[in-house]
Amino acid sequence: MSNGFKKKMASELSQLLIPLIALGILILFNLIRDPRFFSIGVAVNNDGNSVLTGNLISIIDSASELAIIAMGMTLVTAACGGQDISVGAVGAISGAVFVKLVQAMGGINAGTFAAAMLLAILVTVCFKLFNGTLVAVFRIQPMIATLILYSCGRSIAYWINGDATPQLTSPILTAIGMTIPGVPVPTPIFCVLLVSLLLALIFRFTNISLYTQSVGINQGAARLNGINPILIKLLSFVLLGVCVSVASLIGISRLGQLNHKTLLVDIEMDAILAVAIGGNNLGGGKFKISGSILGAYIIQMLTTTLYAMKVSPVNVKAYKAIVIIIIVIAGSPVVKEKLRAIWKRLKTGRVARKEVA
Amino acid sequence: MKKILVLALALIMALSAMTAMAEGIKVGIINLDPAESGYRQANVQNLNEVFTAENGYDATFVTAPTADKQLEAANSFITEGVQYILVSAAEATGWDEVLEAAQEAGIKVFLFDRLIDCDPSLYTAAVVSDMPKEGETAVAWLESLGLEEYKILHIQGQLGSAAQIGRSGALTEKCDAEENWTIVREGTGGDSWDPNEARNIAQAAIDAGEDFNIVYAENDGMAAGVVAALDKAGITHGVDGDVIIMGFDCNKWALKKVLDGEWNYDGQCSPFQAAKIDEMIKALEAGEEIEGGIIYNDEKGFDAATITEEDIETYGLGSLEDEVTLD
Repeated sequence: MSNGFKKKMASELSQLLIPLIALGILILFNLIRDPRFFSIGVAVNNDGNSVLTGNLISIIDSASELAIIAMGMTLVTAACGGQDISVGAVGAISGAVFVKLVQAMGGINAGTFAAAMLLAILVTVCFKLFNGTLVAVFRIQPMIATLILYSCGRSIAYWINGDATPQLTSPILTAIGMTIPGVPVPTPIFCVLLVSLLLALIFRFTNISLYTQSVGINQGAARLNGINPILIKLLSFVLLGVCVSVASLIGISRLGQLNHKTLLVDIEMDAILAVAIGGNNLGGGKFKISGSILGAYIIQMLTTTLYAMKVSPVNVKAYKAIVIIIIVIAGSPVVKEKLRAIWKRLKTGRVARKEVA
Repeated sequence: MKKILVLALALIMALSAMTAMAEGIKVGIINLDPAESGYRQANVQNLNEVFTAENGYDATFVTAPTADKQLEAANSFITEGVQYILVSAAEATGWDEVLEAAQEAGIKVFLFDRLIDCDPSLYTAAVVSDMPKEGETAVAWLESLGLEEYKILHIQGQLGSAAQIGRSGALTEKCDAEENWTIVREGTGGDSWDPNEARNIAQAAIDAGEDFNIVYAENDGMAAGVVAALDKAGITHGVDGDVIIMGFDCNKWALKKVLDGEWNYDGQCSPFQAAKIDEMIKALEAGEEIEGGIIYNDEKGFDAATITEEDIETYGLGSLEDEVTLD
C-alpha cells in the first residue's frame, strides 16, 4: 500500500471518526442498558405482510426522511457555504402538489402516481431554484434567502390544497410508507439507498463533486479554472429539491394523509445538525455525504434511545441537546487539533520509550 | 346648474344614509389565519356563514396570524365606529389598552375560542371551549367501557397549551386515583402536535414490548400517527381490535375512521361559536339584558357504536372530498 493512499484513507476516516465514535458509544450504551435493544424480529402487519421489527430497524426506518434531506443539504452546504432552512416547508409544498395532482387525475395507480411524483419533483426543484437564484446570482446569504420560503412555504401548500388534511389510501403508498408485499425490510430504507446510489453515480461519472468542493473553497479560483460557480450552486439546490420531494412522499405515505402543517416539520434543523455531526464544514468546501447519513442515524438513534429509556416528554429535548453539544464540540476543529497533538505526543513518547529500551 | 349639483349631492347623501341604515349591525371580526388548522378553517367559515347581510349584519372580517396585526385591525374598527368587535386573540396579553378604548367608544367586545388575560369587565362575553371538560368527557366514556384494566399510551399535545393541560388533566387524575388505570407510556407530539413524533413514540413502545390497550392521543393527527405504527406492527385496533383508539378535534376524516370502526372515540373541540354570539347580539339589539362572562360551548364525544353519517356532516371539520383512493 502506497504511503499516499494510506494518508488519503486516514484523512477520509478522520472526518468520520467522531461520528463513528459517537455511534459506537450510543450502541455500546444501549447494549449495556438493555441487550435486547438490538434484537430483530419478524411481525405480520395488518395488511398480512411480514415486516422486520425491533429498535434497530425502527431507527434506520424512521431516519430515512432525515437522511435523504441531509444528503441534499450537504451539497448545498458544500457549494454555497450556507444552509437551506426551507426544506420542511418546501416539502409540504411538494406533498400538496402531489396530492392535488393525484386528486385531479381521479385516484392513484401506477401511471398517475409516476406522473404526479415527477411533476411534484419538478415544482419542488423550481422552488429550490428560486432559493438557488437568490443565493448564487444575487449572492444573498443562504439562511436569509431561504428564510422567505421557510416562513411562507406552508401557507403556499395550504393554498394549493385548501383542505387541512387530505386522506390517501392506496396500495402503492402503503408499499412506500411501510413495506412492499413479500419484502420484510421497510421501503423507506430502500429509498435512502436509492438516493445515495443516484448521488454516488453522479459523482462517479461526473466531476460535480470536485467542482462543488472547489466552488465552496474558493469561488474566484474555481471560476478562473473554468468552473461556473453559479451553475454549480444552482445544481446543488436542484439535487436538494429532488431529495426533499422524495422525503415528502415518504412522509405522506407513512401516515396515509397530508398535513401541510406537520409534514417534515422542524426537519431543517435536524438536517443541518446531521451535516454538522457528519464532520462537514458548515462554511462550505470539502464534504462527505456518508458523514451526513451517519449523522442522521445518530440523531434518530439518540431519539429512540431516549424514548426507550422512558425519559419524560418534558426532558427529551434537553437531553438530546446535551448529547448533541458534546458530539459537535468533540468534532470541532479546536478539539480535533488538541486530540491530534495529544495523539502525536503519545506516539512519539512510545517511540522514544522504545528507543530507550 | 348649481341647483342640479346641490340636488344630486343631496340625493347621494340621502341614499348613502339610507344604505347605511339598511346595512345592519356593524361588526368587526378579528380571527386567526384559516391556514392554521382544520379547526380554524371551520371557525372562520362558521363566522362567515352567520354574520351575513341576510342575517342583518354589516360585518368586516380580518384574519391575521400575529398579535400586532390583530391589534391594528381592532384599532381601525374602533376608528370606523363599529358596534361590536369579535376577537379570537393570537396572544392572550397586550389587549388592555385597545379594549379600554373600545369600551370608551361604546363598542361591545365578544371573545370567541380563546380568552384574553384582562379584566372581565372589558368584554361583554366570551364563548370558549372547555378543555378540561373535553378531557372529562373522554375519560368518562373510557370508564363506561368497564374494562378490567386500563393500560394507556398517552400522547400529549404541545406541553403547556390550554388544550393539552385540559385534555391531560382528567386522565392523569383518573390514573392517579384508580388502581387498574395506568399510563404505560407518556410522550408528546411537541409544539406542532407532530403525528410523525407520535408514530416514533408508539414505535418505541412497541419495540420495547410494552403492553397497552388504549391510545389516548390529544388530537386526530397524532392518533393517526400512532395507528400507522400499530398497523406496521400488526396490532389490531378500533372496534373488535386489541387497542382502543381515542382522538380529539373531530376532523371529518377522523370521524370517518370512527364510523368505519378503525378508531373508537373522537372528542369534539367545537369551532362553532358564531350562533351563540349572534343570539347574544340580537338580544342586546332588542334591548334585552344578557348574561355575559365566560360561556362554554357545548362539546360532545363520538363513539364508534353510535356515530352516524349526519354527525360527521354536522360536527366534522374540514372536508371529505379530498379523500384519494385507488379506484
